[in-house]
Amino acid sequence: MLREFKQSILIALWFVFLTFPLMVVRVNTIENVVVWRWENILWVAIGAFALSYCWRYMLARRQRQNKKAEEGIDTRGPLQAALDNVELRNRAMAVLLTLALIFPLVFDTYQTNIMVTALIFVVLGLGLNIGVGLAGLLDLGYVAFFGVGAYTYAILNANFDMGFWIVLPIGGVLGCLFGVVLGFPILRLRGDYLAIVTLGFGMIFKVVMENWETLSQGPSGIANIDRPGLFGIEMTLAQSTVYIYYIMIALVVLTIIVTNRLKNSRVGRAWIALREDEIACVAMGIDMARTKLSAYALGAFWAGMVGVLFAAKTTFINPAGFTFMQSAIILSIVVLGGMGSILGVILGAFILVLLPEYLRAFSEYRMLVFGAAMTLMMIFRPQGLISNLRQIYQYKGSKDKAAHDG
Amino acid sequence: MTDKKHKLLEVKGLTMDFGGLRAVDSVSLAVHEGEIAALIGPNGAGKTTFFNCVTGIYTPTSGDILLHPKGLETRRLNGFKPNKVTEMGLARTFQNIRLFSGMTVLENVMIGRHCRTYSGIFRSILRNRSVREEEQETIETSYRLLEKVGLEKFVNEFARNLPYGAQRRLEIARALATDPFLLLLDEPAAGMNPYETSELDQLICRISEEEQIAILLIEHDMKLVMKISNPIYVMEYGKKIAQGSPFEIRDNPKVIEAYLGEEVDA
Ligand SMILES: Nc1ncnc2c1ncn2[C@@H]1O[C@H](COP(=O)(O)OP(=O)(O)OP(=O)(O)O)[C@@H](O)[C@H]1O
Ligand SMILES: [Mg+2]
Repeated sequence: MLREFKQSILIALWFVFLTFPLMVVRVNTIENVVVWRWENILWVAIGAFALSYCWRYMLARRQRQNKKAEEGIDTRGPLQAALDNVELRNRAMAVLLTLALIFPLVFDTYQTNIMVTALIFVVLGLGLNIGVGLAGLLDLGYVAFFGVGAYTYAILNANFDMGFWIVLPIGGVLGCLFGVVLGFPILRLRGDYLAIVTLGFGMIFKVVMENWETLSQGPSGIANIDRPGLFGIEMTLAQSTVYIYYIMIALVVLTIIVTNRLKNSRVGRAWIALREDEIACVAMGIDMARTKLSAYALGAFWAGMVGVLFAAKTTFINPAGFTFMQSAIILSIVVLGGMGSILGVILGAFILVLLPEYLRAFSEYRMLVFGAAMTLMMIFRPQGLISNLRQIYQYKGSKDKAAHDG
Repeated sequence: MTDKKHKLLEVKGLTMDFGGLRAVDSVSLAVHEGEIAALIGPNGAGKTTFFNCVTGIYTPTSGDILLHPKGLETRRLNGFKPNKVTEMGLARTFQNIRLFSGMTVLENVMIGRHCRTYSGIFRSILRNRSVREEEQETIETSYRLLEKVGLEKFVNEFARNLPYGAQRRLEIARALATDPFLLLLDEPAAGMNPYETSELDQLICRISEEEQIAILLIEHDMKLVMKISNPIYVMEYGKKIAQGSPFEIRDNPKVIEAYLGEEVDA
């Protein structure tokens, strides 16, 4: 502690010295006098000291935790511990769901709309989490599948007047198909190569949509897409927003159930094993191609579905809405929340979508804050906000072992 | 023919080239039912490469790898994917331990059951009765295997937190979970202390006897090899230089030279 204190003081002094010419000395060229702003020394010193001290404290804390973890001591924070408690978790889920259900009744259309956006990113995060978090397949072009879904609805709606509910599954299936098609060439790739190729796929989607005018109406996009219908009932904008909100809640619940079940199943275990060690995985009898493709396709499925909903919500889409930025945000959601952790991804989506929304004042610094937050995250908490909940297995401690073996 | 044991694995003239390097040079060997065979040789002799060819990690340059499962037709394994080879009943462990370090000990073994279970995506989502039963079955089987190798006290530990010797045994349990009839062990005793090694040799013998699994093992620990295995195959610079019972091998001048030569180098 004392050492950290001393070092921080040294750093503060060093910064004072470094910034002296900038912060303290100022030449007033009009009156030809030098202004000495001594008070700035204090601010620089305090600022540098505080930052440095925090930094050191966090690093030291992390080291202590790592050490404890090595010795097998419980290092979970209170939140993590509470989440590991199944009963508590179920109760929290129930409360959250109730809150979610009454949300649009309490808040206005504007807030509900923002919430829908957040929920869309929850589903996207959960979908990407299958590939990135569970199977370890980095995908920087995930937004393409989202775009496939959105354009599927836009095109089918504009040309064939097909309704939202019919296209919703079609969008999912098409997303899935694209996932498989794009998955094939990258089966053998790993790490950086995979990242670059998927990045390319994301770009290709946008370029194709910009240039294939007959299909997608080019950069100007497709407008006047129908909102979701409900037995032909006419709805005002506000009503429609609430309706979409509830559809979205249902979709989120469905995604959570499905991904959770898959995660704790034979298939999910294979995905995780694939992430851990590919060679051991195939040597243990797991079909790599099939497992990878299924992870890809399933992730793309959710993106496709929610893409349809996105098009129905905004009623207007154009290629500029499906850029690398979106992919990066979705990936950040997964990384920030905690790879492989469903709750983490949900939390991550809310943070990354809602914070910028409510902190409009900082919107210009958004990417800057984003980058800084991610960097800090990687240094201090690489496992994400909420790390993966462990599945608990029940087994008979078999004393009647001989009977089984015989 | 009655006293002649069934031949499970037959490798004929196996050759593997890496660019200009011939790592395995027309090696032939066979493993019979009930055998614990050993493959020995100095460092870099090509033993691991031989294993990798047999298990489908590498596709051999030439030669035949024939598998004769009991009661089934003979299959030529060349060019098979590793997972197919494992499905056919040939499991292995790795010299440089390759566990799923972020998964628990039990989950590691459960992965081994993958190729013997069936629940796909849709059934996993529905999670109906048969899926749950299969899952429970997987858990029980895996737990029993952990008991067999003496790791049940680590069941919920992350694999990476296990002591070295335990990790090697976990690899064996994971391989056993695939229901093999032939088990290939790549230096199972490497890095173990004498006590762990003696436990290991008992474990290997038990697997061989109780489970009727034939074993082919690579090992540098001569005491272990001489004690439990017969026949022994010796490789040097990619070539098979000798084969026979422990006694024949011990007195074989070529083998002595190969090993002494290595000692002078060291
Ligand atoms: N993937 C590869 N590419 C190129 N050369 C390889 C490859 N794998 C192995 N080799 C070479 O093949 C030769 C045999 O290696 P191998 O690992 O099979 O030896 P080994 O008998 O298992 O030795 P050790 O007892 O040290 O494990 C070595 O010269 C090695 O460098
Ligand atoms: Mg080797």
